[in-house]
Amino acid sequence: MRRRNGFLAAGLVLTCVLAALILLGFFWTPYDPNAMAAGAKFDGPSLAHWMGTDSFGRDIFSRVLKGAGATASIALATLAIGAACGCLAGALTGYFGGPADEVLMRLNDALTAFPSILLALVVISILGPGKKGNVILALGLVFIPSFARVTRTAFASLRDVNYIKSARLMGASKARILAVHLLPNTLPVLLPALTIGFNNAVLAEASMSFLGIGVTPPDASLGYMLSEAQGMLFAAPWYAGGTGLAIVLMVFSVGLLGEGLRRRDKGVL
Amino acid sequence: MKYLLKRVLTLLVTMLTVSFLTFAAFSLISGDTATAMLGTAATPERLAALRAELGLDRPLLVRYGEWLLGFFTGDLGVSTSYKQPVWDILASKFRLTLCLSLMSFILIAAVSIPLGLWSAGRRRFEGARTALNQLGMAVPPFFTGILLSWVFGVGLKWFMPGQFPDAKQDFAGAAAYLFFAAVALSIPRIAMTARMLRSTVQEELGKDYVRTAISRGNDRGQVLRRHVLKNALPPVVTFLAQTMAEIVAGSIVVEQVFVIPGLGQMLVSSISNRDYPVVQAIVVILALWVVMAGTAADLINQRIDPRLRLGGAA
Repeated sequence: MRRRNGFLAAGLVLTCVLAALILLGFFWTPYDPNAMAAGAKFDGPSLAHWMGTDSFGRDIFSRVLKGAGATASIALATLAIGAACGCLAGALTGYFGGPADEVLMRLNDALTAFPSILLALVVISILGPGKKGNVILALGLVFIPSFARVTRTAFASLRDVNYIKSARLMGASKARILAVHLLPNTLPVLLPALTIGFNNAVLAEASMSFLGIGVTPPDASLGYMLSEAQGMLFAAPWYAGGTGLAIVLMVFSVGLLGEGLRRRDKGVL
Repeated sequence: MKYLLKRVLTLLVTMLTVSFLTFAAFSLISGDTATAMLGTAATPERLAALRAELGLDRPLLVRYGEWLLGFFTGDLGVSTSYKQPVWDILASKFRLTLCLSLMSFILIAAVSIPLGLWSAGRRRFEGARTALNQLGMAVPPFFTGILLSWVFGVGLKWFMPGQFPDAKQDFAGAAAYLFFAAVALSIPRIAMTARMLRSTVQEELGKDYVRTAISRGNDRGQVLRRHVLKNALPPVVTFLAQTMAEIVAGSIVVEQVFVIPGLGQMLVSSISNRDYPVVQAIVVILALWVVMAGTAADLINQRIDPRLRLGGAA
């Protein structure tokens, strides 16, 4: 019997709406996000400016759209590095085992003992702060261990299941077993892990940019904008509100999506 | 006893590994320290002279040994941007960050454990509670921090955002200020811990011993507190130790929001200044703290669960 899965539906709808808005922001925003208007400083939210304007008279809604685009694209790039390397390492070590597995897992234990932001800060201070590529690389590296761990557990648990054994007996190549037989069956675990990874990437990028060692203008992301907004908290509280809500909404919708995916596949693996 | 000894030994090895890795990573770039200090005045001769002065021309292991010896005698080197001994700069900041972290930790444990237990025993509005939980995890501490300083600082004027009171003159004010920071830091972790406890408790509730206990006429709440909590606690204690690590990381951001002159703020400004001796010292201190929290959790679990003491898996 299937119960209705409200989380999956709500998460999908919210995520799609946000993704559409962000995509729209790449091509069109109501105002130029960097255009300053002397006559419209510190306007509160109105029909003309949905989230008001800041100290330079810039339209905050347009800035949030652009910033969310920057944050989401950095998070996706981070996720791509972390998930690709982590899943590959986890799949190989989980399926084949052996000494490489032991060594990698011990290394993994040592790395996960570090809080992720601290690790990212160390990497970024070595690579040099303030560049977009370095932020992506630092965060991507930091997220590899968690993906490797999840994937390894999933692959290792299916290694000796009957359908894999029979695929092996039929002479399927190792690559085919990994990609065609194992991968689809580990998706119930991997997909929620991806949503959690995306959220962690968004939050980590926002924190780093908030601290001023992540992305800096002209690629302002939501985190950087929030630190800018904090300075205008007395005069334009709607700037901080709009920017912060954008982050919360983004993480919340993807979180709901992850929860929905987890519930749908509960008990499969 | 044997277990304790083994744990302490592992702790020492991990600490050595962590400190060596950090030291090696920063040594890789320490050529930059000399370059950064000289700036545009850098010539090959001057660089070589400065490196000799900073001791950067000697082998890595020798420098690590010296640094380690210094670490235990309170000599962490000299900050390149403040020209002061690193320990003198960090001592007071360390105390502040320690206070903030302990405050948030107590807050998280005190709120999330009752919340998780309460939530585990109920089925009504399960969806709404899960959604609320997701929302709690989605709010980044720096945004909560800004909201709190807007409502309680700008609006109600309970404290002055950005002006941390001197703890010696105004102890209550400083404590209240830290409390707001601790709240901002704790909310996402409270949500995560409560969720974790809820799912482990629910798993335990489905087991035979619970059914037996209840069918023998025991009170549900009492079974929950006396029997289930004891079995559900070890994973949560481990999780709380990881929380300690996240608090340490979160304090970096929250200190920036509330302008609290702690280790985190120092770390961020030192990274921007490329002041590597300071960055290195802070990273090692924070990492050691995290490793010690993990060991403490293992030892506590071993007291809660006698099965772990016999060396078996729980």
